[in-house]
Amino acid sequence: MDAKDKLKIPRQKMPEQNPNARAKNFMEVPLGYSPKTAQLEAQRCLHCKIPKCMEGCPVGVKIPEFLKLIVEGDFAAAARKIKETNSLPAVCGRVCPQESQCEATCILGKKKEPVAIGRLERFVADYEREKNLIKLPKKLPSNKKKVAIIGSGPSGLTVAGDLIKLGYEVTIFEALHKPGGVLIYGIPEFRLPKAIVEAEVDYLVKQGVKLELNKVIGASKSVEDLMKKDGYDAIYIGVGAGLPRFMRIEGENLSNVYSANEYLTRINLMKAYLYPQHYTPIALGRKVTVVGGGNVTMDSARCALRTGAESVTVVYRRAREQMPARAEEIHHAEEEGIFLKLLNNPVELIGDDKGAVKEMKCIRMELGEPDDSGRRRPVPIEGSEFPIKTDLVIMGIGAGANPLLTSTLPTLELNKWGYIVADENGKTSMKGVFAGGDIVTGAATVISAMGAGKRAARAIDVHVRSKK
Amino acid sequence: MYKILSKSEIVPNVHKLVLEAPDIAEKAKPGQFVILMIDETGERLPFTLSDWDAKNGTITIYFLEVGLSTMDLVRFKGEELSAVIGPLGKPTPIDKFGTVVLGGGCYGVGGIYPIAKAMKEAGNTVITLIEARSSYLLYNEEGLRRVSDRFIVATEDGTKGEKGKVHDVIENLIQEESIDRAYFIGCTFMMMNCLNKTKTHDITTFVALNPIMVDGTGMCGCCRCSVDGKTKFACVDGPIFEAKEVDWDQLFKRNAAYSQQEAIIYQFHSCESEGV
Ligand SMILES: Cc1cc2nc3c(=O)[nH]c(=O)nc-3n(C[C@H](O)[C@H](O)[C@H](O)COP(=O)(O)OP(=O)(O)OC[C@H]3O[C@@H](n4cnc5c(N)ncnc54)[C@H](O)[C@@H]3O)c2cc1C
Ligand code: SF4
Ligand code: FES
Repeated sequence: MDAKDKLKIPRQKMPEQNPNARAKNFMEVPLGYSPKTAQLEAQRCLHCKIPKCMEGCPVGVKIPEFLKLIVEGDFAAAARKIKETNSLPAVCGRVCPQESQCEATCILGKKKEPVAIGRLERFVADYEREKNLIKLPKKLPSNKKKVAIIGSGPSGLTVAGDLIKLGYEVTIFEALHKPGGVLIYGIPEFRLPKAIVEAEVDYLVKQGVKLELNKVIGASKSVEDLMKKDGYDAIYIGVGAGLPRFMRIEGENLSNVYSANEYLTRINLMKAYLYPQHYTPIALGRKVTVVGGGNVTMDSARCALRTGAESVTVVYRRAREQMPARAEEIHHAEEEGIFLKLLNNPVELIGDDKGAVKEMKCIRMELGEPDDSGRRRPVPIEGSEFPIKTDLVIMGIGAGANPLLTSTLPTLELNKWGYIVADENGKTSMKGVFAGGDIVTGAATVISAMGAGKRAARAIDVHVRSKK
Repeated sequence: MYKILSKSEIVPNVHKLVLEAPDIAEKAKPGQFVILMIDETGERLPFTLSDWDAKNGTITIYFLEVGLSTMDLVRFKGEELSAVIGPLGKPTPIDKFGTVVLGGGCYGVGGIYPIAKAMKEAGNTVITLIEARSSYLLYNEEGLRRVSDRFIVATEDGTKGEKGKVHDVIENLIQEESIDRAYFIGCTFMMMNCLNKTKTHDITTFVALNPIMVDGTGMCGCCRCSVDGKTKFACVDGPIFEAKEVDWDQLFKRNAAYSQQEAIIYQFHSCESEGV
């Protein structure tokens, strides 16, 4: 097929659950490509000499190569090709912001629509898993060196996957009772089925990675214990950005005001949507208001809808173009009937006599000069306050650095926001202690946390081998 | 999995649970708590660490049946819990303060023991004060007596010790003794009532707050309380706070948030009605 014919193939749509039906269930929204559609979509790739798409991928997935394998019909081989550089394709295919990464730089996007790289990544990973074609990778013989990983989010899992192959004895310590980090407690089932995360963790366990759940490092065990008592040769800190932010406005401690972390943890980790079969409750709002513009906000809003809210409004202080959420999630949310109230900011929450929120006072905003992030800064329009009736408020304005672990390490250098200072290979100010993911960069993306993990795994290997 | 070494109802509606948890026993300090999960479908339940034995690797907690989850824990027949997490929270500073009063109600009768013991070891004069509705509901007396210079029991019906509750007895105690510090552990109502007595005499008073929690590691913000006008996370900044700075009204209201769906407010009901 020549380039001209290829250009005639339209970007293939992925079937989805109907918006009305899915707004009432927690099942996955996109249903995935069929093998035929996947092959058709993969045929659109021009196999550029200098593949621009790869420049957009933070871990350098060999995109044209895996697309070619799809065209040839060897889906499992395509999945393995991705896994050479990205160990979690089923996850990344679902949650990466492809529109600002590989698909943003794909040459086809200049004139037409880019190749649906994310959907294809998801397709091959699902195919490999569902058809039981997953093979354990080759492993070097044990080198008897021990590495402790703190946190089982995407960054910790990546380090574990890379080091176990190199022959290390790897143990992951996780504070919660389930591994996966944000993939388990934050991102909802309808966007990332938990069975997929479980399968990824299981894959590591089968290769010999040890999991120590319910271990809060800094409380249950110290880093010093790990190094001195337990004899770990290196430590990787991948504890994420697990500190919810609040706006510090009046009324924020009223009942029925949640941080997105709490709301999503109750729903995803504790399965509060299955109350009372699962014992953790969740407040059921009729008129729910979610503050923020990122994935966290969209996920919270869509969970509220699925737990039976009559209306869900997202209040965001900037404009639509500036929303950091994945384009697909915003699109899905709107399809499901979630209302975006852009260029508005809450200034106060007002409660009833039982101490539950009943109203949010907002102020209108306009865009001013660009700020540090390059986005035009939202400024309040004086005197434009107005009330929104609401019985449940979720603050999805982001997360910061949780000091629980870092405060126990006086020699670990932190920046002014409390994040760990690490070089691009994850080296910190403490010898033998590496760090990466959200605890270094601040809340970012799954793939950037994985990229940091990859580089750190290499650096840990060098460090341990140079140590006699 | 975490082995249950013993679980028994020591007096009506007060249950004592001893668990095998060597890591926690080794690290535990007075004022800290643990989170338990019965199984995957259970809640993450916070409980005050009421005793531990580092040598044998065990920890002890006391709990009351106040709702769905604690009822489940009472009825649980398994040999292991799916999760025990801790020790969590900030240990309370132990020093030689002089005369220290410790008041306990309901689960706090068990909960005050580690602080009492540590305060005694630090050379303080320790006065412990416990309450129950009636004599047959008293527990933990032996242990507390051992670490106390003065040990006072209060029963509401007067069947043992002084008649009344801790906040009644503390009035007289303030006249008799010069108190340097006071600690109260129990239901929110009990702690607030006690504070109301000590604060008029300017006694530095600490309480172990018991807001609703989820993770217990500062990740969710569910446990936030206003203390001294600032938002604090009880699971990492507390749970022990200086009592006069606490916004009690907010704590009561937040704790009642799930009352319709069967929740913690029930705890106050059972404290009030069963008066343990
Ligand atoms: C709701 C939500 C939706 C998101 N959606 C997307 C998306 O669509 N696409 C995308 O790319 N990114 C998304 N993100 C961001 C992405 O999930 C994170 O950037 C990524 O998970 C960071 O990975 P991490 O490994 O650094 O940390 P985390 O995933 O946060 O994992 C850290 C782990 O460490 C554990 N831990 C913390 N402290 C300790 C301790 N002291 N001892 C032991 N364990 C500890 C935590 O319990 C947690 O399990 C989303 C984030 C959220 C919250
Ligand atoms: S840039 Fe687009 S067309 Fe070119 S190789 Fe990558 S996916 Fe194919
Ligand atoms: S219980 Fe989640 S922050 Fe305290």
